[in-house]
Amino acid sequence: MKGISTAHSVVEPTAMAKTIAMVVVVLYALITLVPLGWILLTSIKSPPDSISYPPKVLFEPSIEGYCNLFTTRSRQTEEYIKSLPPADSACERSARANSMVVVSRSNYLPRFVNSLIVAIGSTVLSVGLGVMAAYAFSRFKVPGKDDLMFFILSTRMMPPIAVAIPIYLMYRELGLSDTKLGMILLYSAVNVSLAVWLLKGFIDEIPREYEEAAMVDGYTRLQAFRKVVLPQATTGIVATAIFCLIFAWNEYAFAVLLTSGEAQTAPPFIPIIIGEGGQDWPAVAAGTTLFLIPILVFTVLLRKHLLRGITFGAVRK
Amino acid sequence: MSTSTLATRAAQATPAPIAQRMRGLSDRAIAWLFIAPTMLLLLAINIFPLIWTVRLSFTNFRANRPIAEVANIGIDHYVSILTDPDIWGPMQATAHFLFWTITLQTLIGFALAYLIDRKFRGHGFWTTLILIPMMLSPAVVGNFWAFLYQPQIGLFNYVVSFFTGIPPSSFEMLGSVKLAPWAIVIVDTWMWTPYVMLICLAGLRSIPDYIYEAAEVDRASSWRQFWSITLPMVLPFIMLAVLFRGIENFKMFDLVNLLTNGGPGSTTEVVSITLKREAFEKWRTGYSSALAIILFVAVFGLANIYVKALNAVKNR
Repeated sequence: MKGISTAHSVVEPTAMAKTIAMVVVVLYALITLVPLGWILLTSIKSPPDSISYPPKVLFEPSIEGYCNLFTTRSRQTEEYIKSLPPADSACERSARANSMVVVSRSNYLPRFVNSLIVAIGSTVLSVGLGVMAAYAFSRFKVPGKDDLMFFILSTRMMPPIAVAIPIYLMYRELGLSDTKLGMILLYSAVNVSLAVWLLKGFIDEIPREYEEAAMVDGYTRLQAFRKVVLPQATTGIVATAIFCLIFAWNEYAFAVLLTSGEAQTAPPFIPIIIGEGGQDWPAVAAGTTLFLIPILVFTVLLRKHLLRGITFGAVRK
Repeated sequence: MSTSTLATRAAQATPAPIAQRMRGLSDRAIAWLFIAPTMLLLLAINIFPLIWTVRLSFTNFRANRPIAEVANIGIDHYVSILTDPDIWGPMQATAHFLFWTITLQTLIGFALAYLIDRKFRGHGFWTTLILIPMMLSPAVVGNFWAFLYQPQIGLFNYVVSFFTGIPPSSFEMLGSVKLAPWAIVIVDTWMWTPYVMLICLAGLRSIPDYIYEAAEVDRASSWRQFWSITLPMVLPFIMLAVLFRGIENFKMFDLVNLLTNGGPGSTTEVVSITLKREAFEKWRTGYSSALAIILFVAVFGLANIYVKALNAVKNR
């Protein structure tokens, strides 16, 4: 039946071609996801299982990775541990099984919160500035418009390390080094170029007639911008915001060079989670898994606008 | 009421277009008001530091000696970088990385896009899955690939030994001079092939069906159709992807920093890693500023081409 229904078009691939294509693509997708699956598995392994050879696919799940991620522990003598009241949490129990006790919370949660604050703060700032500039570039005759747009884009092309040296010095002078405000300003500056380019594309698509009609009805230009253009551009603004969020959330180069304590975000922190006697892989994997979940959600949400975002609005489906 | 003042009566008497211009700000003022904050931010965080870098590049300043006397040494740093035979090490490492990542990503990315464009059932779902790696943070990607590459315990070595019979502890992807450059190529390809694929897919979908229908009427073989319709029409999109990956990988820092940190020795020391070592480990701020400027000029040149390509694609 299918063969008949698709036979009308010469450009429709044959059923055979489709099947082959599907097999290859599905295989590629599965192989490419193996590393991710492995990290997820590692996060629920016990530390000995995570470094066993041959690598274990079947194992008894353990919460040690997540416990170790959120706590710091200290080794104690058996006598001391026996003298303690019964463990009141699962993490305490798993620590005691390894003759350790939970001492305090680890730095993961504060780093995760730093990531959130910096990502959200810089997104609000860059999208806010970006939507204004994009509107101006889209609707008004700005002298040297093309040059200004190119200038804005070119700032994003700078190698982060090249800019990091003077920013490091400048922030030291201004007292902004290792502060969240400093990181918010920095990420906003990087993201505003993407925001302007993407949003200009979205605003270009809104017919000018809407604003003109509103202005004939007595709106000022600013009112028309606020009450007509902004609501029309909501989808574009949300998509742009998610792109900015993802960038700021994922950024590593500036974060590792410019933050070390107070304002450190999660990306430079996760690789340096060290356990007793080397890297604590289940804890690292647990930290990675939690850090990736928001991104997976955003990827699904952004599906339709992905192409536009990664090409600065040049390619629209 | 107080509203019927002279001013309001004058306003009511004014013809509509003039009144419109009087109320609120002029378009010109709004345009500048809207653009200025963005420009200010970029000037403060991007341009001012850049100018500062240029200034530093002519001095022997060291950031870890803030109160030491700073001397102007002219273009000495530039001369020593451009005549230093050691600089070709990082250049070669960068070229190797750049060439292989772009070749592999373009070939695999295009092939995948071509297959996905056969529009089999569920292709949207599988496309989304394939896209996941490029959305992840390079920090965690570099880190967990370092785990996969561990000799003995790492999954990568185990899989290789499973298929080839080579003992998994007999080779170290990140520790060997021969394999380390390929280790970073594999990770970058894993992460960024979806990017090239997505852009190629857009290219394939931009080809209207009637062109193929016409070719079919002319009895062009599918081989012929591929070479004289599909490929030429997707080419601008491929170029776009290649240029973008080129710029990004030319300044590649994060993945390499986490996987090998330029090692073993300096086999995978790409230019950004050299820059980091000079600036933040040896604290030769003046010298590294000069290197940064050279790197920036190169990227800026590429960016210029990139924007032209963007516009070419856009105007199609």
